[in-house]
Amino acid sequence: MQINWFKYSAPINFYPLAGKMIMPFAVLAGLLIGVGLYWGFALTPDVLSDQKQYYRIIYPHVASAWMSMWLYIVMVGWAVIGLVFNTRLSFMMAAATAPTGALFTFIALATGAIWGKTSWGTWWDWDPRLTSELILLFLYVGYMALQSAIEDTRRSDRASAILAIVGLVCVPVIFWSINCPDPNQCASLHQQSSLKMVESNILTGMLLTAVGFWMYSFVVIFMRVRRIILERERQAKWVSELPEVKAGL
Amino acid sequence: MMRVFLTILTRDLILAMRRRTDVLTALFFFLIVVSLFPLAIGAEKATLRFIAPGVIWVAALLASLLALERLFSDDYADGSLEQMLLIPQPMVIIVLAKISAHWLLTGLPLTLIAPLIGVQYHLVSAEQWIMVLALLLGTPVLSLIGAIGAALTLGLRGGGVLVALLILPLYIPVLVYGAGAVAKTMAGVSDISAYFELLGAFLILALVLSPWATAAALRVSSE
Repeated sequence: MQINWFKYSAPINFYPLAGKMIMPFAVLAGLLIGVGLYWGFALTPDVLSDQKQYYRIIYPHVASAWMSMWLYIVMVGWAVIGLVFNTRLSFMMAAATAPTGALFTFIALATGAIWGKTSWGTWWDWDPRLTSELILLFLYVGYMALQSAIEDTRRSDRASAILAIVGLVCVPVIFWSINCPDPNQCASLHQQSSLKMVESNILTGMLLTAVGFWMYSFVVIFMRVRRIILERERQAKWVSELPEVKAGL
Repeated sequence: MMRVFLTILTRDLILAMRRRTDVLTALFFFLIVVSLFPLAIGAEKATLRFIAPGVIWVAALLASLLALERLFSDDYADGSLEQMLLIPQPMVIIVLAKISAHWLLTGLPLTLIAPLIGVQYHLVSAEQWIMVLALLLGTPVLSLIGAIGAALTLGLRGGGVLVALLILPLYIPVLVYGAGAVAKTMAGVSDISAYFELLGAFLILALVLSPWATAAALRVSSE
């Protein structure tokens, strides 16, 4: 059987598909985030080593930090596919991913600051992990700024794609450079990643919330990409024949 | 290919020599920014020495950022950039030549004038030497990374501010190690070769990847 790999790379085919997928992903997202947070807030011990109730911010914090990094990789993935195969939809997906990624980066920073204030006694510390998350936010903002500064969509897509790739190359370098310029000064407040040491009970809540956040990302990215498709394809005949567009007119 | 490189390099240098103010602007910007700090913070010797590496490096970053705009914009405006894109020699060589010229006109003067600023900040000569060496290795990286941003924002309204937004986060590694080398010397650490090795590694990495990304960005921008 001949598979047409590019069938859904055409906006005309993807638009209805994305529309159909929003609902199931929204249900999944609601379910997973609901169960994950309920699990985290009700079914886990009240005290984690030396931390009391307030450690429970870990569920949104870790989940959003994971998503902030993962969505950047997804965005670069779409940018690369767009540059290689010259598909317009890939660029639209990349553009639709950026705001959600930036939002999760912001949530990770904000929840981290609140947690830090209660636990460390300070809102902010120039620690490698905190700083690199901040730089990730700058990269998202730069991507979106470049995207919106260029009028011509073809150029804005490609230029921001190149920027996203350059950013990805720089991220490890930036991370290691702020991580340990001097081994004697490597006292960071933020603990190292320690998934293996986390109790399975807490880990379950964390993973459920993270997958729920991921499903939420699908929902908003599909919604956003549908809007971008309508905006960019407004001259196309199929767009003007859509029932929702006709109703709007 | 070497001939293309040299032709573009000499052309850019000659063009810059005919408009000397452009070159001097960035340099004086650097001097003025650095001179503002003692006035704002206070001229205490210990304080000045403490902030010197950071202030000088941040000012160098900003000065090289300021100069980025003329890297491609004149050629873009008069159409010669399009001609360069059409010639059979690889665009990467041309880009590399233009970046080299740009560094000779901004990064190098800045490095050479740095000891003067070191005196303003009460640095001793050993520390001066370390600073000059660090700038010598670090400023080409700034030009190389900055070229990507300059190419991406070519001909855009408000391109100057946008370039800062895109490029400054990517300057961080150079800032950390460049300022770190000087700060460590002042703290009495004698072996700071690791800093220079890492700055050199950044330079090599940027030298390989940046012209390539810049050439791709120029093609996108001048389509």
